[in-house]
Amino acid sequence: MRLDLTHIQRWIEPGTKVLDLGCGNGEFLQMLQQERNVRGLGLEIDQDKITAAVGRGLNIVEQDLDAGMDNFPDQSFDTVVMAHALQAVHYPDRVLDEMLRIGRQGIVTFPNFAHWSCRLYLGTRGRMPVSRFMPYNWYDTPNIHFCTVKDFEALCEERGIRILARDMVGNTERRPLLASSWPNLFAVTAIYLISR
Amino acid sequence: MTSGSVGIVAPQRARFTEPLHLACGRVLQDYELVYETYGQLNAARSNAVLICHALSGHHHAAGYHSNEDRKPGWWDECIGPGKPIDTDHFFVVSLNNLGGCHGSTGPITQNPATGQPWGPDFPSLRVRDWVHSQARLADHLGIDCWAAVVGGSLGGMQAMRWALLYPQRLRHCVVIASAMRLSAQNIAFNEIARHAIQSAPGFAGGHYLAQNTLPAQGLALVRMVGHITYLSDDAMANKFGRDLRSGSLELGDEEGAEFQVQSYLRYQGSQFSGSFDANTYILMTRALDYFDLAREYGDDPVVAFREARCSFLVLSFSTDWRFSPRRSREIVDALIAADRPVSYAEIEADEGHDAFLMPIPRYLQLFSAYMQRVRESR
Repeated sequence: MRLDLTHIQRWIEPGTKVLDLGCGNGEFLQMLQQERNVRGLGLEIDQDKITAAVGRGLNIVEQDLDAGMDNFPDQSFDTVVMAHALQAVHYPDRVLDEMLRIGRQGIVTFPNFAHWSCRLYLGTRGRMPVSRFMPYNWYDTPNIHFCTVKDFEALCEERGIRILARDMVGNTERRPLLASSWPNLFAVTAIYLISR
Repeated sequence: MTSGSVGIVAPQRARFTEPLHLACGRVLQDYELVYETYGQLNAARSNAVLICHALSGHHHAAGYHSNEDRKPGWWDECIGPGKPIDTDHFFVVSLNNLGGCHGSTGPITQNPATGQPWGPDFPSLRVRDWVHSQARLADHLGIDCWAAVVGGSLGGMQAMRWALLYPQRLRHCVVIASAMRLSAQNIAFNEIARHAIQSAPGFAGGHYLAQNTLPAQGLALVRMVGHITYLSDDAMANKFGRDLRSGSLELGDEEGAEFQVQSYLRYQGSQFSGSFDANTYILMTRALDYFDLAREYGDDPVVAFREARCSFLVLSFSTDWRFSPRRSREIVDALIAADRPVSYAEIEADEGHDAFLMPIPRYLQLFSAYMQRVRESR
């Protein structure tokens, strides 16, 4: 289980409807079904991941987020989750709009590109950072829209998106204070609960 | 995955004497259905899977009828021990639909009123008539609720109709390479097929059995056109290319040449004309053309699918142009809007519409993964 996913659970009411954008192999959605008894639907484009997620007993629809989500009616889900996919879509702002059209609330997680280790890597080596959390080279990465905590909050402000809660995850569980006090510098992963 | 064959199977026959009121307004006083079963029905009678066949299909979906059989049933890739519809766990029922020509009551069986074959006088059928007759077969077998109703193409239409007409009698609906209704292009191909049959020498207005003739040329042409449309350009290129079967393309050679694809089509055509009934073909293509899932639901498939109580698996194939991924996507979008549980994938495959019969690893893996869930959701 990726660190950020366990944090999200508490924002999801038991028994509600959850749409998971870019659900991967369905690990998180399965956890939500088991522990929160949600009614879940996952969207994914990788066929092997779809097979894996269907094998977990989940409802999975092959759909490319970049091709739009207008097949989903307004406010048809309680929560729309997008874990670590915001930076991989062509138009992150449009996807955020769609999340909050389809869902009552949205949960977004993304890697914070302004984390000190990224800054240090770029500052000292002059190369695009490659790490355990971001293991790709610049030319083959699916992550085409990296952003920072400040960038994301500025976009929310500009688009009238309300931030209901946020959770910052540092690179160790033992010192959460650094990440929550200076998130743009110390958060590896940013987690937001948003709504209109 | 170890996968095997269901082995030697024998068709069975059930007779129904309660009159069946058909969508066309006519009544079949009694009728017979031929079917096969694979695997064992469990004590709770909860592991039964119904296979609905496509246009030219029949009851023999898996296994062999004898040791001498060269080819297994038409969906042997998907039905058997260790296969997606795993007969170690499921009790599979596969029938020949009413109006078919492989043993169930249809144009080639005797009309009790005349003592002659029904021929063109057999009542025209809609997909729902098949569903109602299949429900009676379920009653006959003591199956209150199918674990899944499964079908490809025209079979997928039957599976969807099941979900609307008998929502309490299936837990899962598997719809492969299908559509909620045919496009104009599809109806046009069916019309070409019917025209080829009806204008063939020997058709005799459909009374060819009574007159001891056969519209063989028409049936052969139907199969040839059908084959082309069920494959993709790439699939035909891979299978035949421009390979020659005989002759040469040398300049100065007056004999000419025969391409492999020509001889293949001729062979398929002649095989089909000897094994399939022309009236059945006309009847089945009309049922295909007339099918429109949402017609009586205000033409709104979302309203239609609100009737359903089951979960759905919808699959399409990237190069299928007779039942394209877009048609499947319409099914999925309607199910999403109707708030019904659905899984969907478009399988990358070169084989066109025929892909649903082929052993394509990703297809079989996903199908297996879903059927595993069907097993566990008893």
